[in-house]
Amino acid sequence: MEEQANSHDRSEAPRPRNRRMWHGVPLERVIGFFLFLCAAVSVLTTIGIVAVLVWEAAQFFGEISFFDFITGTKWTPLFASKHFGVLALVAGTVQTAIGAMIVALPLGLLSAIFMSEYAPNRIRGLVKPVLEVLAGIPTIVYGFFALLFITPLLRDVSGGISVFNGLSASIVMGIMILPMVSSLSEDAMRAVPRSLREGAYALGATKLEVSTQVVIPAALSGIVASFILAMSRAIGETMIVTIAAGQNPNFTLNPLVPIETMTAFIVQVSQGDSPTGTLEFKTIFAVALTLFVFTLFMNLLSQYIVARFREAYE
Amino acid sequence: MAVIAPTDFRKRKERRKWQGRAFFVLCLLAITVALGMLLVLLIYIGMKGWSHVNWSFISSFPSRHPDEAGIQSALLGSVYLVIIAGIVSFVLGVGAAVYLEEYAGRNRFARIAQINIANLAGVPSIVYGILGLEIFVRSMGLGKSLLAGGFTLALLILPIIIISAQEAIRAVPPSIREGGYALGASRWQTIWNLVLPQAFSGILTGVILSVSRAIGETAPLIVIGALTFVPFSPDGPLSRFSALPIQIFNWTARPQAGFQEAAAAGIIVLLIVLLGMNALAVILRNRLENRS
Repeated sequence: MEEQANSHDRSEAPRPRNRRMWHGVPLERVIGFFLFLCAAVSVLTTIGIVAVLVWEAAQFFGEISFFDFITGTKWTPLFASKHFGVLALVAGTVQTAIGAMIVALPLGLLSAIFMSEYAPNRIRGLVKPVLEVLAGIPTIVYGFFALLFITPLLRDVSGGISVFNGLSASIVMGIMILPMVSSLSEDAMRAVPRSLREGAYALGATKLEVSTQVVIPAALSGIVASFILAMSRAIGETMIVTIAAGQNPNFTLNPLVPIETMTAFIVQVSQGDSPTGTLEFKTIFAVALTLFVFTLFMNLLSQYIVARFREAYE
Repeated sequence: MAVIAPTDFRKRKERRKWQGRAFFVLCLLAITVALGMLLVLLIYIGMKGWSHVNWSFISSFPSRHPDEAGIQSALLGSVYLVIIAGIVSFVLGVGAAVYLEEYAGRNRFARIAQINIANLAGVPSIVYGILGLEIFVRSMGLGKSLLAGGFTLALLILPIIIISAQEAIRAVPPSIREGGYALGASRWQTIWNLVLPQAFSGILTGVILSVSRAIGETAPLIVIGALTFVPFSPDGPLSRFSALPIQIFNWTARPQAGFQEAAAAGIIVLLIVLLGMNALAVILRNRLENRS
């Protein structure tokens, strides 16, 4: 950020010479103020998100005990006998997100190593844009693919898998976040100076040894940050898990049975006919607040890791 | 490290070479799996939906019969949403980027705004849906309308647009600004006449890419109340609406095979639109690079 500020020093900009007025105010000032408002919208968005979530969730916690909410494991707000244990939804979310990471982490990291250490420039120039296509495909498409292609395939392998299950959603979500892992990790690896690699090669190291013992340690902060960002993305992902993982809030880590994630629950209530103002409706704010806290924490963590543990060469 | 006898060294060297090759194959395999998945996905959707894509599919309204069902209202809804979201986020995003790059300097507000933008980009899209529901649908009284949907999507893509516009503005060399000031132009005159025209292609590329992301968004629109069955074309900014991804979601969730084919056909249309927009962005970027 400091670098950006230094790129052209604003203090040297001369005083405005544009004397045009707008209702008695210098036009330059009016424009400056308008631009400030534009920038303020993004700050207001954050304030709006936090205010809306906290305000509505506070009303929800006026009726339901906060302690029951964060420690309960039964989630049945839409039934006659209501339970509000968010852990059932958290378990579904964590399960699918971790499953996605198990797919995306090795594939993404190995792809990144391939592109940064092995691929000639021509191949890299070809493969990288294609990988980015994967990141640009709408999640609804992945959801369709998970339910109608991956799930039947899994059920052919083992009959014990339900139509809706966390496994199928995890696999497809893993493919979705793979480009994020590979692209960010690759950037971090390419930022490692050549001289480090050359030193290792001069000592007789193989490419495997250079990759795993020199490049990965040097780029570790960037790689870890990419994992955390991808995980945060998986936690906030909605359509794949809504379509493929089901709407049964089970407090389980079993990937073969139907579950429900926090995001899928919000969709379920939004699609239903719970009138605004009812307790059923207010639950989505409490759930969304939980989701927001999760993802915010992970985003801040990844920023912290990059800032704190970055190995700066040159 | 322990001293190694020459014979051991040779053996170990063989093993290390062999491990190196195995690792290369592993990396190659990983990237092949990743690209192969993309191929499988595209082929599967193509096979499932291609026979369904024709003019009557694009020009018909949704129907209870899968063979007659079409996407006209959903496609129109998506087009209107994207126009609203595109215009709003373009104005706000470029304005914010100009402010942060050219006006704010190092003040505290700019620092906070910058950190804030980075974090907003990581907020799940469904949370934006909840914000849109509270602010646009309920507080501002826009109802579950195109306008509310468009504004929500605009906020969703705003951080990406600001970041890409900032990069485009930053790429304009300081000498251009200094030239403007030397001729006696004011700050805004310099920005408007010299900086923005130079940065325009870059800004536009970012806007197109962000907007193409907005087209595929489903979750926030469900939350603000997009309809799944709209047998009419939207007739104004306050009209209720459906959108292409919403229609696909609705069809996917139905058990009949016919609707699944319709969903696949909808996905083909969606992907073609996205591909077209991305191609446009690439062409713009190439033109920019050739010029400079």
